[in-house]
Amino acid sequence: MMILTCPCCGVTGEETEFHQGGEAHLTRFGPGSSETEFHDYLFSKENPKGVHLERWRHAYGCGKWFIAARNTVTLEVYGTYAAQTTEPPQDIKDTLSAKVPGWSWREFA
Amino acid sequence: MSNTISALPGATYEGAVRVQEMGLCGMISLRGDHGDEKLISAIKDIMGTVMPGQREIVHQDERAAAWMSPDELLLLLPYADVRDALTRLETALAGTHFLAVNVSDARAVFRLHGGSAREVIAKLCPVDMSPGAFGPGQIRRTRMAQIPAAFWMPDEDSVHVVCFRSVAQYAFDLLKQSAHPQAGVGLYA
Repeated sequence: MMILTCPCCGVTGEETEFHQGGEAHLTRFGPGSSETEFHDYLFSKENPKGVHLERWRHAYGCGKWFIAARNTVTLEVYGTYAAQTTEPPQDIKDTLSAKVPGWSWREFA
Repeated sequence: MSNTISALPGATYEGAVRVQEMGLCGMISLRGDHGDEKLISAIKDIMGTVMPGQREIVHQDERAAAWMSPDELLLLLPYADVRDALTRLETALAGTHFLAVNVSDARAVFRLHGGSAREVIAKLCPVDMSPGAFGPGQIRRTRMAQIPAAFWMPDEDSVHVVCFRSVAQYAFDLLKQSAHPQAGVGLYA
């Protein structure tokens, strides 16, 4: 069971109040992109054992999307941040570096 | 004119607390920029309240404004006043990006009254209902067993619960079960 804090309404709630929404920080490849890019956008998802950046929705609360940095093995939640970002904010990166030295996730480390 | 009725007219239950369906309640779902001056003054004029802060509910006589999300408010008012309030909102907010909808008949409202009202909710929702964590002036949207619900405390011994009308019977049954006189655990006693 994870305890997540929604950055949009400030509620700290348990997992069942939220809904997971897949990998965060996707770059969309649509019309005009190559077939490989479009394929990778659709199907090549990160599935790490360890640090993961994931979209979540406060489905039973304010209804807003946000991003959670969490661990898929220990279920530790390192932090949550606004969905309107293209990379994790520095404080989340600092927390990750402190707790998981040498972490990396796609192009972030 | 058809005869409008609430989801479970007159449904009441006397247990550890009194559970009562509140009948027809006026509700407007209002979306817009909470920082917008026009919106703030429209709330002041029509509801008589200040703009509620994050997860707050502000009461004024029979009316209240509740914070639902960073861009949504729930306005509570007498059922008969909704149409007039909507017209006034639409006039006051003309030209700004907003949405105001009458959701009175889409919802059901229950009132719990009694000393263990906090406990009745705590058994159904994943929310810390201890007096230090939640109390009058706050609103919480959450999950009540299997359905979305929101509640607030008009006073220390009462909780008002709002849910979708389609699940009103389920919500009433849940509250009855949780308020059963034999089901007390004395959590906040």
